Amino acid sequence: MAPGVALQAAAQQAGGTTLRVAITQQIDTLNPFIAIFQSSTELGRLMYEFLTTFDTHNQPTPGLAEKWETSADKLTWTYTIRQGAKWSDGQPITAKDVVFTYNLMMTNADAATANGNFVANFESVTAPDEHTVVIKTKVPVTTMTAMEVPIVPEHVWASVSDIATYANDTTPVVGSGPFVLTEYKANEYIKLKANKDYWRGPAKYDELQFVYYKNADAAVQALQKGEVDLVNRLAPAQFDSLKNDPNIVPNQAKGRRFNELLINPGAATKDGQPIGDGHPALKDVRVRQAIAKAIDVTTIVNKVMGGYAEPATGLIPTMWGDYHWQPAAGQERKFDPAAANADLDAAGYPKGADGTRVGPDGRALTLRLLGHSGRAFDEQTAEYVKRWLSDIGIGVEVQLVSDNQFNETSTAGNFDLQVSTWGSNPDPDYILSLHTCAQRPNPDGKGGTTDSFFCDAEYDALYAQQSAEFDRTKRAELVRKMQQRLYEQAPLVMLDYDNALEGYRKDRFDGFQKQPAQDGVIMAQSSYWGYYSATPVAATSAGAGSSTGLVIGVVVVVVVVLAGGGLLVARRRGSTADERE
Amino acid sequence: MTDALAPVEEALAESAARRGRGGSTLRYVAGKLGGALASLFLVVVLGFLLFRVIPGDPVLSMTRGRPVTADQQAELRARLGVDRPLLQQFLDYLGRLARGDLGTSYVYSRPVGELIAERLGPTLLLVGTSTIIAVILGLWLGIKGAWRRGSRFDRVSTGVSLTLWSMPTFWLGLLLMIATGNLFPSGGIRYPDTPPDFLSQALDTAHHMVLPCLTFVAVIYAQYLLVMRSSLLEEMNADYLTTARAKGLRDDLVRRRHAVPNALLPTVTLVFLHLGLVVSGAITVETVFSWPGLGLLTYEALQGPDLPLLQGIFIVLTGSVVAMNVIADLLYRVLDPRVRAA
Repeated sequence: MAPGVALQAAAQQAGGTTLRVAITQQIDTLNPFIAIFQSSTELGRLMYEFLTTFDTHNQPTPGLAEKWETSADKLTWTYTIRQGAKWSDGQPITAKDVVFTYNLMMTNADAATANGNFVANFESVTAPDEHTVVIKTKVPVTTMTAMEVPIVPEHVWASVSDIATYANDTTPVVGSGPFVLTEYKANEYIKLKANKDYWRGPAKYDELQFVYYKNADAAVQALQKGEVDLVNRLAPAQFDSLKNDPNIVPNQAKGRRFNELLINPGAATKDGQPIGDGHPALKDVRVRQAIAKAIDVTTIVNKVMGGYAEPATGLIPTMWGDYHWQPAAGQERKFDPAAANADLDAAGYPKGADGTRVGPDGRALTLRLLGHSGRAFDEQTAEYVKRWLSDIGIGVEVQLVSDNQFNETSTAGNFDLQVSTWGSNPDPDYILSLHTCAQRPNPDGKGGTTDSFFCDAEYDALYAQQSAEFDRTKRAELVRKMQQRLYEQAPLVMLDYDNALEGYRKDRFDGFQKQPAQDGVIMAQSSYWGYYSATPVAATSAGAGSSTGLVIGVVVVVVVVLAGGGLLVARRRGSTADERE
Repeated sequence: MTDALAPVEEALAESAARRGRGGSTLRYVAGKLGGALASLFLVVVLGFLLFRVIPGDPVLSMTRGRPVTADQQAELRARLGVDRPLLQQFLDYLGRLARGDLGTSYVYSRPVGELIAERLGPTLLLVGTSTIIAVILGLWLGIKGAWRRGSRFDRVSTGVSLTLWSMPTFWLGLLLMIATGNLFPSGGIRYPDTPPDFLSQALDTAHHMVLPCLTFVAVIYAQYLLVMRSSLLEEMNADYLTTARAKGLRDDLVRRRHAVPNALLPTVTLVFLHLGLVVSGAITVETVFSWPGLGLLTYEALQGPDLPLLQGIFIVLTGSVVAMNVIADLLYRVLDPRVRAA
């Protein structure tokens, strides 16, 4: 036993500095063309550099491309690829690798699984020389400096015959990012070494490890015991429990996720055929506005989210800076059940004998509220909404269903109200597109990615304008106008922007660069700054501590087994002797 | 466990004297095997239909919250084959199965057989070890308790086992994790930095296994204890025990040779029923301690729903239950002369 433990301790000493990170979401695949889980795309960012990435203020910043320019008609983009950058196997990174990656996504449907949306409107991608990439697009595309597409080495991937089943787990995985994946044990751990050839310079520590914890409580324990140095996706209670530990810094960050209450505005297909069985009264914008007025967002933030959220207004969370919309003073919709009641009275929905309002068609305003079963936010919010709406004479029947059932019911338009959640991206185009007419389902009821079934000419016109606007200030203004339109038309009520709750051991690592820089996240960034900037704290003793723990642990196991066995034998002998008399 | 050997030895001695009845044994075995094969076929069909009843579109669940176009979703549906007619999907599935191919997981884009094999080892290790410990512990305490029924030992051991049995596994696991402080790891099956040689790996895994194993044993041993205790109690006043005592046998010999073998049958049934379920793992324990086993894989597959993976797991799980039942049936004949005679 002793040599094994000694070896373990020695290995930990010799291994140099290691940042250990707890992850709770599984990895679907290491293949960046088909990886769609957040944990996998985060790994992809560490392994492969993009053409451009986002700085700590979420603005586009050079990656493999050191500069770029666009033609007057915005249809031709020319990127200059950095000289001297190398793949982790020593080969130079050239324009050919970029062309190979994009062409693969344009010609091979499997390779478009994860990021095909970025190349959907590409005409051609060519390399006039070793360090220049020219992309021609069919229409102006606003995401040309926001393409979150890992660029892969042609000399490795050209020989891959079937992209859809390629695991990309031959270690070390040849990459260009700040870290190189060196070991992958599915559902146990992932090891990455700092890329010594990284063009920004190597990270300040030697190894980055991701260790799986299938529940956040165990991850919190591991952080407190020093088995890991960094944890995210914490629940409020877990986060609070970290606050008293002198070695742990809790990080309450602005998050990209938001919760919304969708109000079915009359679901229909792309060609206007109504589908689903939404309540007809909700087509009336006055009813939707009254519902919005009866919902107390502050209570959701304080009671349901325990204060770890921001009250929401526009569709885009505050972390995205100028894209976020806030109603001007005096224009905001205040929580006001009395006004909501008065509005509904005036709109012709009088209260019936049982206190429930009745529409002009004689149908009672009793609405179904769809939510995810087992999701605490949905369960609690549903109860609040039920109470608030009963105050304005609207009955609510809560339906909490499984995720699968939820998706099916929701895409079929078979709901009145719905608690829904989304994550937003650095470029607002996609999240805004979810409320355009064009994203409603095809005539056969399939396809489309609509979130709210909203269809509004004014909103669509603004959407078209912002997708052709390349001046950041002007585009942000259009993006804000769109959110204002959504707010006024109320096909949805924005409830809150979730905080991202993280924690790290300051006795092991510090200097994490957050994104956004002031109050942002360390993990799950739109780039790699958090991991890349981590700085080991000198003279740490945690490694020694954990191996001492191991020694104690092994001794305890052996003692328990021996004692248990001994006791068993002793008892058996004793009892036999006892009964023999 | 030496208790169980006595009747086996007897049976072996007896079977030598009964060669003439080999034909009926063969028929019995063939009947049991045939029944098992029929069940397996039903399982295959059911495995397909059952999971199609789960509502929802796997592609929607997978791409939820990501910037994907409707075209990308359609492409993904085509690749996974979920856009085909149900009958076509069923025939594809049967065809693949006949070639020993369980299909490719939607989520992991890897062969299902490979994924299951990867998780089977950790599950067998954890649940197998725990079940063996729980059976030994449960039988031993059950026999002791019944033999001295009503004694303080009996009352305490039954009370403790029932208390542990009724504890939520999740809670007990977390409590143990917190209570043991730094002694044991908070999860997983090994540390990433453990040297690759066998000894270090084995020690590290043993270290990681203590808490999950302890939790699992604590929660399940009561059922073996209770069944063993009550079936032994039924035998306690039987005439043949009085006869045995009258012959002058020592008390523990009376128990070991006469009472326990007769009381063992219900317990054997229970043990084998549970051995079949060993493969399904222990979802809760695996979740609390991040043990990379099959139970956890099942839970993850349900989220998708990852249909090929679910079907594969279903076949492996039910297959093992069927197999264990066949073994139990065959073992009855060895253990109990009454079954042979019938």
